[in-house]
Amino acid sequence: MLNRSLVSITDFNREEYLKVLSVAADFELNSYQNLLQGKVIATLFFEPSTRTRLSFESAINRLGGKVIGFSDSQTTSVTKGETLNDTIRVISNYAELIVMRHTLEGSARYASEISRVPIVNAGDGANQHPTQTLLDLYSIQKTQGTLENLKIFMVGDLKYGRTVHSLLMALSEFNTTFYFIAPDELKMPVEYKLHLEKKGLKYYESKELEGSLGEADIIYMTRVQKERFSDPIEYERTKNAYVLKDSMLCGTKDTLRVLHPLPRVNEIHPDVDANPKAYYFQQTENGVYIRQAIISLILGLK
Amino acid sequence: MKDKKLEVSALKDGTVIDHIPADSLFKVLSILSLQKIEGMITFGTNLPSKRLGKKAIIKLSDVFFKDKDINRIALIAPDAKLNIIKDYQVIEKRIVQVPDEITGIVKCVNPMCVTNHEKVPTRFHVLDKKQMKLRCHFCEKMTDKEHMQIL
Repeated sequence: MLNRSLVSITDFNREEYLKVLSVAADFELNSYQNLLQGKVIATLFFEPSTRTRLSFESAINRLGGKVIGFSDSQTTSVTKGETLNDTIRVISNYAELIVMRHTLEGSARYASEISRVPIVNAGDGANQHPTQTLLDLYSIQKTQGTLENLKIFMVGDLKYGRTVHSLLMALSEFNTTFYFIAPDELKMPVEYKLHLEKKGLKYYESKELEGSLGEADIIYMTRVQKERFSDPIEYERTKNAYVLKDSMLCGTKDTLRVLHPLPRVNEIHPDVDANPKAYYFQQTENGVYIRQAIISLILGLK
Repeated sequence: MKDKKLEVSALKDGTVIDHIPADSLFKVLSILSLQKIEGMITFGTNLPSKRLGKKAIIKLSDVFFKDKDINRIALIAPDAKLNIIKDYQVIEKRIVQVPDEITGIVKCVNPMCVTNHEKVPTRFHVLDKKQMKLRCHFCEKMTDKEHMQIL
């Protein structure tokens, strides 16, 4: 991983995922380590994302590094018409590593090919958000004790949701059985199902959330967004069918955990929050350790 | 009286590209940057063809292509055949092959792709050469034959 950019989850292989997870576990035990002392990291958020930016900046600060950057491109030369190419070329002279989020898909891959320093993609439009996937893997491993042979239920918008696509790609290295629960309009795209078939992995598809969860080790919830529907009436009909309620968790495994990349709107009822199976808030804490691990591995400090 | 017939002389040395779909002729010329060539070029189009309906043909004097250059036309002229000519004789026949990677010819179908906003040459990995499925190197979205737009 040394000096390599992390743009897509498939830039790393199975062994590298496991390496990141084990270093993250080390940071969870001892998060404040002065590994980045005297080093500068840039966080370039061309598109605002407070949660992701603060998670990265917390990770960098805990490692004793300094952060430069911006949280909104409206305050930068981008408004004067500067190209991404020029911004990246200039800022790669100022920092040891660049964390970037951008609305354009493929922007992080492009940046990684012109930057003098490694790029960590913190989200490029609807394309990739690999640190989210690694923190999902970490959360799954931590709550289940393993990543192997699990039954993972993915619920909601499986067509456009980048988090479920990246998570599927990563988990397909660990003999996972997948259960896709989505309305017809938002089904898992064929290319991902083909990938699973090539790998010899099993998957099941269903439209019903209620009464299907008995086998689940992990339920990964996603937001069903109104703007994804061509027919607003169809949205109104659909949105309530994919809301997880506390009563639905009756009869599920004791070890089941519910994950969600957040922000949630109404797809998990607040009555689930008090259930010990709800894990989505702890999940965000894991993001700091994962980002500490990724940055220190890329810079050769671990 | 002299016959007022257009003479297209036989090539002494060079390349003949045959079986180009007639409506792709000018794109082929442009992809191969033939406007920059100083030597003699003869081309004909809307010629009858059993397979293509109407085909075009290009004869290039003293021009020989490397595989990687000529394969750039495979997207728009998949049936194209090359005759390599030395001293009026066809010494080699070649067919074009779809390359593994395509740079700067096709537009990415994704309106949010960085290549449609910044001055970045498009780049695709060819996942399926028969059905022409291309995956964008940058945004990772698929562009298929049906939605393919040549730049």
